[in-house]
Parts: sequence; C-alpha cells; structure tokens
Amino acid sequence: MQDSNILRFTWRHSRKAQIYILFIVLASMPTYFLSLDLPKQIVNGPILGQGFEEPGAAQKFLHLKFSFFGFEFNLFDGIDLQRMQMLFALSGMFLTLIIINGLFKYYINTYKGRLGERMLRRIRFELVDKLLRFPVRHFRRVKSSEIASMVKDEVEPIGGFMGDAFVQPLFLGGQAMTAMAFILVQNLWLGLIALSMISVQFVIIPRLRRHLIRLGKERQITARQLAGRVGEIVEGINHVHVNDTSHYERADVSSRLAKIFYIRYELFQRKFFTKFLNNLLAQLTPFLFYVIGGYFALQGKIDVGQLVAVIAAYKDLPSPIKELIDWDQQRLDVQVKFAQVVEQFDVDSMLDESQQSLPGGPVPPLAFPVEVNNVVVSDDAGNTLLNRARLTIEKGQRIAVLGSSNSGADVLADTLVRLHVPDSGQVTFGGTDMFELNESFLGRRIGYSSGDVFLPQGTLRDSLLYALKHQPVAEREYSGPDQLARQSFIAEARETANSDLDFDADWLNFGHDVDPGERSYAVHRLLVGVLDACGLRDDVFTLGLRGKVDPELNPGFAERVLSARAILRQRMDELKLSGLIELFDPDTYANQATVGENLLFGTPVGDTFQPHNLMSNAYLHGILVKSGLEEMLVEKGIELAETTIGLFQDLPPDHELFNQLTFMDGERLPRYQALMRKVKQSGTASLAEDERSMLVELMFEYIEPQHRMGLVDADLKQKVLAARAAFKAELPEELREAISFYDPDNYNSAASVMDNLLMGRVTYGMARGPERVSDTVLSLLQELGLVDDVLGIGLEFDVGSGGKRLSSAQRQKVGLGRAIIKQPDLLVLNRVIGALDPRQQAAVVNDVMRLVNAQEDPPTVIWVLTNASLASHFDTVCMVAEGKVVEFGNREQLAEKKGAYAKLLEG
Amino acid sequence: MLLKDEVELLSRVSLFQGMQPSQLKLLAFTSKRLTFEQGDMLFMQNDPGDAAYVVLSGKAEVVIKSHDREVVLATLEKNAIIGEIAILCDVPRTAGVRAATRLETLCIEKEHMLKLIKEFPSMATALMQVLAERLANTTAALSECRSELSTLRGA
Repeated sequence: MQDSNILRFTWRHSRKAQIYILFIVLASMPTYFLSLDLPKQIVNGPILGQGFEEPGAAQKFLHLKFSFFGFEFNLFDGIDLQRMQMLFALSGMFLTLIIINGLFKYYINTYKGRLGERMLRRIRFELVDKLLRFPVRHFRRVKSSEIASMVKDEVEPIGGFMGDAFVQPLFLGGQAMTAMAFILVQNLWLGLIALSMISVQFVIIPRLRRHLIRLGKERQITARQLAGRVGEIVEGINHVHVNDTSHYERADVSSRLAKIFYIRYELFQRKFFTKFLNNLLAQLTPFLFYVIGGYFALQGKIDVGQLVAVIAAYKDLPSPIKELIDWDQQRLDVQVKFAQVVEQFDVDSMLDESQQSLPGGPVPPLAFPVEVNNVVVSDDAGNTLLNRARLTIEKGQRIAVLGSSNSGADVLADTLVRLHVPDSGQVTFGGTDMFELNESFLGRRIGYSSGDVFLPQGTLRDSLLYALKHQPVAEREYSGPDQLARQSFIAEARETANSDLDFDADWLNFGHDVDPGERSYAVHRLLVGVLDACGLRDDVFTLGLRGKVDPELNPGFAERVLSARAILRQRMDELKLSGLIELFDPDTYANQATVGENLLFGTPVGDTFQPHNLMSNAYLHGILVKSGLEEMLVEKGIELAETTIGLFQDLPPDHELFNQLTFMDGERLPRYQALMRKVKQSGTASLAEDERSMLVELMFEYIEPQHRMGLVDADLKQKVLAARAAFKAELPEELREAISFYDPDNYNSAASVMDNLLMGRVTYGMARGPERVSDTVLSLLQELGLVDDVLGIGLEFDVGSGGKRLSSAQRQKVGLGRAIIKQPDLLVLNRVIGALDPRQQAAVVNDVMRLVNAQEDPPTVIWVLTNASLASHFDTVCMVAEGKVVEFGNREQLAEKKGAYAKLLEG
Repeated sequence: MLLKDEVELLSRVSLFQGMQPSQLKLLAFTSKRLTFEQGDMLFMQNDPGDAAYVVLSGKAEVVIKSHDREVVLATLEKNAIIGEIAILCDVPRTAGVRAATRLETLCIEKEHMLKLIKEFPSMATALMQVLAERLANTTAALSECRSELSTLRGA
C-alpha cells in the first residue's frame, strides 16, 4: 500500500465497480424525483379538485410529452380519467414509485456492501502478505497482539467505508440536490432559506468535528496498546504468578482503561453536542417554513399544495444532508485509521515479493561450498555479535559448533538461515549471495531449528509435517457444487488480489512418487523414523495410549484392541499377574472403582454425567430413589462424613493432607460439619433434598480398598448393581449420547486406548502394580504389531496453543523433527535440545546422526552444541569465541593441537 | 483390614505409642496399603529412604550385601515397623528389605509423617520420648558392652 490516501486507494482498486454503481445511482434519480412530485399532484388534482371543477370532467393520466427546440413530441396520449379514478391511479403510481425506489436502494446497498467487503479482504490480505515479508529483526519490536488487532479490528470500519467512498456522497448529494432543486422550483424564497441553513450546517459541523478526529486517533492507539498488553499478560502469565505481579498488571490495565475511558467520554460529549446542534439547525428550517411559508400561503402567494410538497421534500432533505456530513466525518476518521495502519506496515527492507515467488519446478539442490565471508552482525543496541566471522563449509561435513552462550555461535547458525542480516560481509551458497536466493531454497533445502520452538495449535502430526508444506503438490479434484464453490473462490480471490492457492489441496511435499495406496504408510514410516531419532517415540506412545479412537472411523484398530484385551487377560493369568487388574464386568461390583463409577458403569461423554453433575440429574436421581439406593447412600454418607470430620477437623482447611482426601476438601468440611450437627439434633428425616445429595455425592467418590472404612458391603453392592442395570435399561433417548457404557466385549469410544485394553482397573496398593501392567501391555502391543497404530493415535494429540500442552523438552524435540523431516541438504541446528537432560541429549544426537547418515544423500550438518562431549559424533569442530571462528578443522587433529578445543576437552 | 484395625495395629507399634488415637487415625488414613508379592524388594540397600512400612501380614527379610554375598539379618512379622529411621531423617537405607511371603504393609510416607508432626507438636513429643527411651536403652547396652569389653581386656 504505497498509497495512504484512502480515496485514491479505493479508486485504484475498485474503479470499475465504483463507476458502475454510480450509474445505478443516477438511474435511480428520476423515480426519486417523481416520487417527490406526486404528492403535490395528488393533493392539488383529485383531492383539491384542480382540473376537475366541472362534474364529470376528466384529465389525462400518463400523458408523456417533451419539447425539443420548440417541437412537441407526444410519446403517449394518456388515458382519460375522472377525479376519483385519478386519485386511485396517482396513488397507485405513488406506491409503485416507492417500491421501485426501495428496490434501487436494496440493490445499491447490497452492491456497496460487497464492494466494501472485497476491499476489506484486499486490505487484510495485503497486511498479512506484508507481515510475511517483514524483516525478521522487525518482530523484535512489535507485539503480536497489536498487529493482530490492526489486521482484525482496526481495518474493519475502513472496509465498510470503502463501499461507500464514492457512492454515498453522490447518492446523498444527488438526493439532496434533487430535493433542493424541487424546493427551489416550488418556491425560490423557501428554497433559499433551506439552502442557507444547510450551508451553516456544512460550515459549522465539520469544525466541531475536528476534535473528534484527534480523539478518535488517540482512542485507536490506546486501544491497540491495550490489546498488546493483554497479549503480553497471556504470554507471560507464568511470570505474573511466580513474581506475584498480578496487582501490578491490574494497575497497568486499569490505568490504560482509565485513559481509554476519558478519551471516549470526551468523544461522546463532543459527539452528542454536535448532534444536538445539527438537529437544532435541521429543525429550524421547518420552523421557518411554517412561519414564512404559512404567511405566503395565507397571502395567497403560494398554494397550499406547494407548501405541503415543500415541507414533504424538506423532510427528506435533512437526512441526506446529515448523512453527507456523516460521510465526510467518516472519511476523515477512516483516513486517519488507514494512514495509521499503513504507516505501521510500512517497514524498511522488507523482503521483495520475488523472493517468495512460487518456484515452477523442483527446487535444485543447495550449492556448496557455503562461505561466510567477514560477516559482521550487530543487534539493535549496536553490540557486535559476529565480528568478521569467516567459515567455509564443504558438502558432507559434520560440524560441531562449540562456544559459550555469548560467543556468537548461535548467531553464526542463525545467520546461515537469514535470521540475521549482516551489516557487512556476505554469506554465499556456491558463490551466490544468500540474499539473492529465493526463500524456497532456504526453506526447502535447509533444515533449521533452535531451542526456541513455537508450535501453532494443531495435532502433533501437523506440527511435524508443517515443514513439508511449501506449495500444493497436486490440485484437488472437485465436482458438482464443490466445483462451483471452488471456482467462485478463485474468482473472488483474484478480484481482491488474494492467494488463490487451495488450502485444502495436498500440500505435503513428500511421497508423491509413491503409489497412492501406499503413500499414507510411507508418511507414517517417515514420521515414526523422525520420532525415533528425536527421542519422541515414548512420549507419543504414552499420548497414544491416553488418546481416544472412534471405532467407526478406525474399525480395524478397535477390533485388534479387543483381541489384544483378550490376550492381555490370558497373559496376566499366565504371568500370575491377574491380581493386578480388576476387570469390569456388568454383573459384578468393581471394588477398585468409585461407587459413582460402579453406578454409571461407563465413561461420561460431555458434562451431563460428570461426577459433580450426577445428583442434579433428574433421571439418575429417580433411579436412586426408586431402588432405595439413595436412602442407603445417605446413611453411609453420614458415616463417611462423620469419620472424615473426626479425622480432619483439627487440620486447617488448606492443609496439604487434604490432597489425600479424594472425596472432600478443606473448604467443604465446615458445610458437612453443619450437616452433621443438623442430623444429630433433628435426625436424618430433617434433611432437605440438596443436603441428602451432598451426602450421596460424598459416597459417589468412595473406593473401599483406598479409603478402608468398611462402607461397601454386600448389601450396597447388590443395590448398586440393581441400580446400574436399571440406569442402563431405562436410559431415555436424549441421554444416550451422554455416556458410553463399559462392555467387556466391545470398544468404548469415549475411553482411552489404555482403558480399552484393560477394560478394568489396576488394583490399588499392589507394589509396582501400574509399572508391571504397563510393561506387560507394551510387550503385548509390540507382539501384536499395534505399536504403530498407537503412535498414529499419539500423533493426533492436540499440542495446544503455542504447543503449550507439550513440555519444553517435547517442543524442542518436535522442532528438531521438523528440521530433519525435510531431508535437507544442509541441517542447521542451534542449541536445539537444551531442555533435555544430558543422557537424553547424547541419545538424541546419536540417533539423529544415525538417521541422517542412513539417508541416500546425507546432508551437511552444522550443530551448535550445548555440551562439548557430544562433539564425538562429528568429524569437524568449529570453535567460536567473541564473534569469531577461532578454530576450525578435523576434530581429532584439533584434539591433538593445544588449542581452544583441546582446552575445552580437558575441562 | 479396615482403617480401624490398622489404627489398632499402629497403636501397638512402639514408635507410635503415646500418640493420640485421633492422630493415629489420621496417620493410618494418610498411609497407603501396599502389597508385595513374595520376593519383591520393598527397598534396596543405599536407596534414599522415603517411607516406613508396618507389616500387616506376612513376613519380611532384612538383607545386606557384603562381599557379594547376601546375608539375611532378621525376619520381621506382623506389627513390625520397617525403615522408621528414614521417615525422621535423611539417611540412605542401611539394609535392603524383601518380602519373604506375600506381604501386606501399611506404607507411611515420610512427607506425610513430617506434615503430621508439624501440625501436632504433641506427636513430636511422643516420638521423642520413644526415641529417647531407645537411646537410653542403646546407651545402657553400649556401656554394658564396654564394661564387658574392658573386663575381657583386663583379664
């Protein structure tokens, strides 16, 4: 957007549409004028009887004629109509004109709306397009939420205005002028009065509004800064908690809100005062009409019909005038906003568009040697990070880069992928300056990751495959309505200079040479290979066991889990481990589960049957009361509450030992104490329904082997089993979706894979029980070849906003995976696994190097290490200190020499 | 075995004598029941000590390794407490303990024990008395040993 003038910008991008709509507006004018003229004809003609003075007189209706240089042309002679007939005919015509006017308005508004939306789309896309070409350095200064607020909110009114940019003033101006001309034709004096009042409005109002523009600009900037601050709070929320700065943040937000409040308040005051003045001026004119017009009418200088028509026309006049003034106001307002946003997005040394152009064919391999020639890099504060660094990297080298944290080693790595721009010196690939290379070379032929990994929300699979999505590899085939929708999408996208690449096409730049039937398997193998090398396999496997599978989408898997379940039972028996799992059986009470779980005997789907909602569910409550279980649970609940109160009453409510208590917490204890007092004083019968429910809820969480109070006896078990059966049998249709029952013979889609394998609970209190069970499960899954499927499920794990559902070590491993999944020519890794413990780091370096070496054309590797002992996996060592490469060469030879590396090895 | 039986049992453990019944109850409740199969190790020699165990049923063997040979030092039965020193101070296990039969225990975690002591100073006093008694006994035994030793040397 070189243009920060909004009218010029709009004209340039929507000229044709603007001209077209102007014509439509002009075409709508005659009917508008006619509809103004008609009331006069109706009043003067049929109503007051002009031309119908004699009984039976008739007038011509629709007599169309016009004169041209003195010649009279008769287009239509018209029809003779009598007075009453004329009244209906003219009124009918009036109605028709109103409808035509309305239709014009409807068409024009829709067209303008679309025009505005298109311009909005164009601006937003252009902003994001610029964002994607900002120099990396620029992002150190901007807040993400401020940019987001500009793209999303600030340009919104701009788009709305653009639809109206030319049409509105013309339409309204035309209307106002028509009305004005009409009034002038009717009566010159009345017309002049109206005209002078309007001029006053036009002069005074914009002056009053000048302040509004300034305030509007302030409001925009403060609101944007607020968005930026809120974004910062969200991103740094952990630091708020660990430093107890929540009050500082509150005060900050409060002071910003105060600023916004006062700006807005002043804005309102001025706005409504302007409105008041505007209205007053507008109302003054009719006052003058009544007085002066009335005077003339009484004098007989104008007829009453004329006065009525003038007043009617004037009624229509203020609103176009007012809207015209509004338009001008909006223009100024939006111009300020537009200029603001354009200025923010006008950044120096932006990446040229050609650098991101889509390559027509496959990207050729990276050219070697990579040469770093006297490169100087400094930061914003002017500190020198790299000081005339020199380095030549030959194809196939495995380079370990070593250096302390401010040696410049990481800057060197980042410079190789253009994340720093050298102040002087250059980096060349096979002799070509890297800044002349298209981004596709760097992005496809170089794999890069640093320890700081940001993952957009999505599945783990998406996160890893992201690095392979450079451009669509195949068009997606559409047919029928989808095809039309796609064509319309392309047309609209081109209309607004948007990208017309299909987001739903196949973007995965891998395995399109493989047979289509085997492609998904090839992708899976690729992913699993990467998981292995990055030490992610165990993490993903655990996620997979915790994941849920829809058996309808994956019937084969569910089937195999069911057979694994059977084999697992057998296996546990053989290993004499069956005591470690208590299996779920619809006809048996599961001792290891809570009373509530035993009752439902299924996995809740959604909120309805979550433990805290159980007692408020009328259906379940009915079952409990009917089966007599409610009565029993209330009694047992009293016993449980008494014992618990006895145990814990001496502890403060926030004592850590309350964590041990699964069914009550310190906060709720006093409520149960009050309940117990009531029971003691007035007996159980005195309890209200919600109080009884409190006791039942307590019992719902009770597990006999864990809590050991002897509350679950044979009688209770029998009653629970009966209620369980009744609950399932009578479950009304609308609640069926809210629970997925345990079934030893079927797959439970609401439960995790692990729960489905066990279909039971690990017995409480068996030493090493959980470990033994999971070891047995793992070896069984391996034998049955189900590990890959579980990994596949684990890959569907949602990593959360910014990847925050993963640990920082896991995020780093995913970042590393992204770098190697490309099978690049050059692998640049920058302190990539610092969050891992040393043992894991060694394993990951070893596995990654093995995977990389096994590739057909192994890449050149430059790895900035955090730990010098890991250098043994590399043939070449590059020592960096004080922004310079101080030592570079064969690792073994360097170890012999008495240099920096040898010193580092000695420690 | 129910909570109240466990309380009953804990009250017979010398270390906990002198503690209020309500404190014993809380101790029992916050402890967890842990069952070992025959041959399972409760802990190994030199492991960091994080819990004490009270035998509810079955037998446990105290074993140490010396010169690659395993020596069974003692066999413990119902009501015995194992590794109680570990829940009062930070020392590694001086010996390993193994389940000689199927062994049911009540596992008292150090963390919980310390929290209870913090909350109820009277518990600390009771513990101190028991420990002091033991110390007195040990000291008496030691001086008896010493005098016997000097008698032997003198002879």
